[in-house]
Amino acid sequence: MKSKADVVVIGGGSTGTSIAYHLAKLGVDTVLVEKDYLGSGSTFRCATGIRQQFTDEANIKFQRYNIERWKKLSEELEYDVNFKQTGYLFLATTEEEVETFKENIKLHNKFGVPTRLITPEEAKEIVPPLNADEFLAGQWNPTDGKANPFKTVFAFARKAKELGAEIYEYTEVTDIIVENKEIKGVKTNRGTIKADVVVNAANAWAPIINEMAGLDREFIPIKPYKHQLVKTEPIKEGQIEPLVCPPAWNDSYVIQDGEDGGVICGTGLEYGPTYDIIPTYDFLREVLKWATRIIPALKYAHIVRQWAGFYAKTPDSNPAIGKINYIEGFYIAAGFSGHGFMMAPGVGEAMAELIVKGKSHVPLEWEWYDPHRFERGELRSTAFQIG
Amino acid sequence: MSEKKKIIICRCNDVTLEEIEALIDQGITDIEMIKRLLRIGMGPCQGRTCLPMVISIIARKTGKSPDEIKLPATRIPIRPVPAGVLVGEMNEE
Repeated sequence: MKSKADVVVIGGGSTGTSIAYHLAKLGVDTVLVEKDYLGSGSTFRCATGIRQQFTDEANIKFQRYNIERWKKLSEELEYDVNFKQTGYLFLATTEEEVETFKENIKLHNKFGVPTRLITPEEAKEIVPPLNADEFLAGQWNPTDGKANPFKTVFAFARKAKELGAEIYEYTEVTDIIVENKEIKGVKTNRGTIKADVVVNAANAWAPIINEMAGLDREFIPIKPYKHQLVKTEPIKEGQIEPLVCPPAWNDSYVIQDGEDGGVICGTGLEYGPTYDIIPTYDFLREVLKWATRIIPALKYAHIVRQWAGFYAKTPDSNPAIGKINYIEGFYIAAGFSGHGFMMAPGVGEAMAELIVKGKSHVPLEWEWYDPHRFERGELRSTAFQIG
Repeated sequence: MSEKKKIIICRCNDVTLEEIEALIDQGITDIEMIKRLLRIGMGPCQGRTCLPMVISIIARKTGKSPDEIKLPATRIPIRPVPAGVLVGEMNEE
């Protein structure tokens, strides 16, 4: 193991591996440490969706940029991450929701996201087995999509290593070395790595890392909530390609896995704060109640897997991204509240540029994601939170 | 070599011995990553057929002892169940 680097990135999920890749690309001597295997925290447990349909300017603009990055990511990383623009379809069950959809669409269009209102008939053309009679209208953006989280993390890590970064799995940080309010390195269960810059990309575990650096755990109040998913056996391609979600039905959603065609089903039922990730029977019943109402034919599909992971949530469901002013050389990109995977390419690029150049050309509104906003009691409008 | 193309290790997702050995030869020896890149053990059988074989392939190629290689998590349900049964609308035949 190396004993010295320019930057140590803590956390080997989509965020950490993307930051490591972008740093290495800028010629920075980078080490990434991950306490388990790469992707084990939240990335490999996510529902694969990538969307621009947020309800605020900062997230919409940033995600619009991210879609452009996703489109070219396989080529850039020279590894197919299986990104597909299969869209996101939200469905309204009341007139009131239809009005909200119209407002959302106006906002999306203003920033160049081509969302439009569609009829239940049009929705059924996009998702043939949809129970269209239950819905009044759809909020449809065909340019949202999905990708393979496993391949994405692997591809970022592989390219980072090719560019000279070192990645240590099964390496747990035990302490952050801070002297005179300056970062000096990290201690791990496998030895000490000296560095002047440390990036906390530990997402659900980020408060523990902050505490090691001498900060209050509540300074950036990220809390782990257990979310779960189930997956069916593979079904015929092209049946439920977009993420389909009627928000009024407890934020439930279904989406066909772009890799094998199984249907991933999620719902809003969450537990926490907790670090427990044992799946629950209550969830299985709840999620399937909604999934079979959205797509009645799913009744006949066999459930093959259920698993759990964390939404690392902040009080406003927006991540904390940026520099921590109390300690020189300490940065954070964590608390993604369920949106880490979809944001990963842009977050990695913006963080790497911030560290190297002090600023970034990425359209990321630093002010919006400011890690210091919580202690100032400033909360953003809650980011619309779904897969 | 062509024989290995014909040897299926994971029957649910049609993964061959050749594909597994190719990943190990690239330096990917962690069963968690091999599982996710090739989708081994993620099908209806939950890895009952393939995972012991994958462990012995990794052990043979890396010189590790098979008990050093941790089995990936087993997910529920243990065997596939139709969603309709779980929501109480269907009986399992």
